[in-house]
Amino acid sequence: MQATSQAFQRNVSAALQNPALQKALKNIKIGFVRKRAAAVAKLPEFELLRDAGCELKNHVLDHLDFYLERFEAKVIESGGQVHWARDAAEANQIVLEICRSVNARLVTKGKSMISEEIGLNEFLEAHGIRPVETDLGEYIIQLRHEHPSHIIAPAVHLNRDQIADAFQAHHAPYGFTERREEPRALLDEARQVLRQQFLRADVGITGANFCVAETGTTVIVTNEGNGDLTQILPRVHIALSSIEKVVPTLEDVSLLLRLLARSATGQELSVYTTFSTGPRRRDDLDGPEQFHVVLLDNSRSGMLGGEFQDMLRCIRCAACLNHCPVYGAIGGHAYGWVYPGPMGSVLTPQLIGIEVAAQLPNASTFCGRCEEVCPVHIPLPKMMRHWREREFARHLTPAAARFGLGLWAFVAQRPKLYRLATNLGAWLLRRLAASKGRIRSLPLAKGWTAWRDLPAPQGRTFQQQWAARRENRL
Amino acid sequence: MTTSPPRVGLFVTCLIDLFRPTVGFAAVKLLEAAGCVVEVPPQTCCGQPAYNAGDRATARSLAQQVIAAFEPFNYVVAPSGSCAGMIKRHYPSLFADDPDGRVRAEQLSAKTFELTLFLNDVLGVERVDAHYAGTVTYHDSCSGLRELGIKAQPRRLLATVAGLELRELEESEVCCGFGGAFCVKYPELSNRMVSDKAAHILATGADTVLAGDLGCLLNIAGKLQRDGATIKIRHVAEVLAGLTDIPAIGEPEGDE
Repeated sequence: MQATSQAFQRNVSAALQNPALQKALKNIKIGFVRKRAAAVAKLPEFELLRDAGCELKNHVLDHLDFYLERFEAKVIESGGQVHWARDAAEANQIVLEICRSVNARLVTKGKSMISEEIGLNEFLEAHGIRPVETDLGEYIIQLRHEHPSHIIAPAVHLNRDQIADAFQAHHAPYGFTERREEPRALLDEARQVLRQQFLRADVGITGANFCVAETGTTVIVTNEGNGDLTQILPRVHIALSSIEKVVPTLEDVSLLLRLLARSATGQELSVYTTFSTGPRRRDDLDGPEQFHVVLLDNSRSGMLGGEFQDMLRCIRCAACLNHCPVYGAIGGHAYGWVYPGPMGSVLTPQLIGIEVAAQLPNASTFCGRCEEVCPVHIPLPKMMRHWREREFARHLTPAAARFGLGLWAFVAQRPKLYRLATNLGAWLLRRLAASKGRIRSLPLAKGWTAWRDLPAPQGRTFQQQWAARRENRL
Repeated sequence: MTTSPPRVGLFVTCLIDLFRPTVGFAAVKLLEAAGCVVEVPPQTCCGQPAYNAGDRATARSLAQQVIAAFEPFNYVVAPSGSCAGMIKRHYPSLFADDPDGRVRAEQLSAKTFELTLFLNDVLGVERVDAHYAGTVTYHDSCSGLRELGIKAQPRRLLATVAGLELRELEESEVCCGFGGAFCVKYPELSNRMVSDKAAHILATGADTVLAGDLGCLLNIAGKLQRDGATIKIRHVAEVLAGLTDIPAIGEPEGDE
């Protein structure tokens, strides 16, 4: 996917002026924030679970090579294959070759952000293979030629009428010529269309929320059951995952599942939790003939041992998106690449380069709500600050901001000069405010006064007044 | 417990120094009423603007300046969760590669507090001697809330202000969109956030909105007043200290 993160400011303006998007974004508060709060309130040990989840992921990251090799051995033992992909291009090529080896023309897909990260759909289409998304949200945005705007609710930016439009535009070949608007009717329509794809697909591709080292199992959590049909019906199942998703044991999966569902949707457990271990065995009633796991690095290993390692604890629950006031104002597309919200603002610069993603870690007030809800205690504001430090060190910070900061720093490090400057500043701002108490327009602070008045200083600075008071006392 | 009164160095914060000295005097009044000896050493800024802009060198230099100025005191108190949070939660990390600097930063961190938290939690102040006839609502500023755990303290103290009724604000814990340089770097986003905040504030029907950080208050006041709202905006310390006969934030004086 072509990144538009450099145009973040323009994306923000467009998002704020998009009434349909603004209407859709209101659902986040009801659909996610309140449900999470209720689920957490019902579980007294939630804080303990968070600590345990954090510790578990830290342990895995400290021994990542060991668990990955163990996982690979176990997948092979159960008859599956593991493919290591250094980057997006390698991952795409691996998937393509597997598809070609079985002459695949149609591929069904469960929800996978790794697939988005590597741009798999575009790649397969370019090579004559038709990918069909089967997660309802993913399916809708595929019809609309869009990318997910949210990592677990890909179509959260849409309203019902937009979905009805998309179905009406694309479902006539399947015999649906009437426009439907009722959620139930839309769902049934999508289900009937998708059912035909499930049965015809040659290969099924899913993501993997977890890769279990002790058993060689991949795990997905869904609420629609589409993942099961994607991976059971075709001859070949490919699970796309990334290296940090490995966990030692099934016991560990149960810990993370308890955190994941509550943090994501406020559910105690997702409707479907599906464990896949190897291809179909002789006595199995169903299952694929081939089971492949593609493990993507894509510069994640470069985060190990550095100031961004904590980000690799992420279990993709999206709580940070749902609680972020910036995400809530603009939605996910404005961020300009695959991963939006606070987790994206930390991850994206690593994956596509800080030069392209420079705006993202800056577009935060550091309000800390993301860290407050993160189920594995990722210090997201701290890591966004680390990106800002790298930008500053590499002179990527805009020249005007840098100059202003430098001037302020020069003055702030000289208390006498500072007092002189603030005395003058207070006097000047008061003159500008005249007797109105506030300033409506200030040429050097248009960013402020375009939208707000600037309250004027009361009079002399506190330090001036304090010095005068002390002199009077002496 | 020492028998001599605690010596408190007031970190007045650069915004209060420049825009709202009344808050500084309110803090002094509250601290003195609680038995502290208050001093104001020469000071500029805690360094947070540099720290959040990725300029660690400047942030560290300003931190060293603050540490040197405030080391002699028993306590450092700031009428701001943001600046107190910077000193308390972030100064030590600025000296990761300087063991001596880190020790000094940690010592200062340990004795630095936000005003309402210091009064209520540290000094055990349970009531204030103030009167305010009106209905107020309260915005929980992000740094104070999440870095320092300030939530109950201002409310406990406000509950003892005679005549005051507190009406809780919907989404009081959601950011107002100030965010330091954020508000001028991303003005449209900031405007959207403060517009939401302003709408929630007006929905309470309160006649005054309070908060513990002047950055948020300037932002909230600027928005409400641009939109023509007449609700008063004040720092919580002004109400707790009874210094409310002067004009509220952004309001004209009766006569110049």
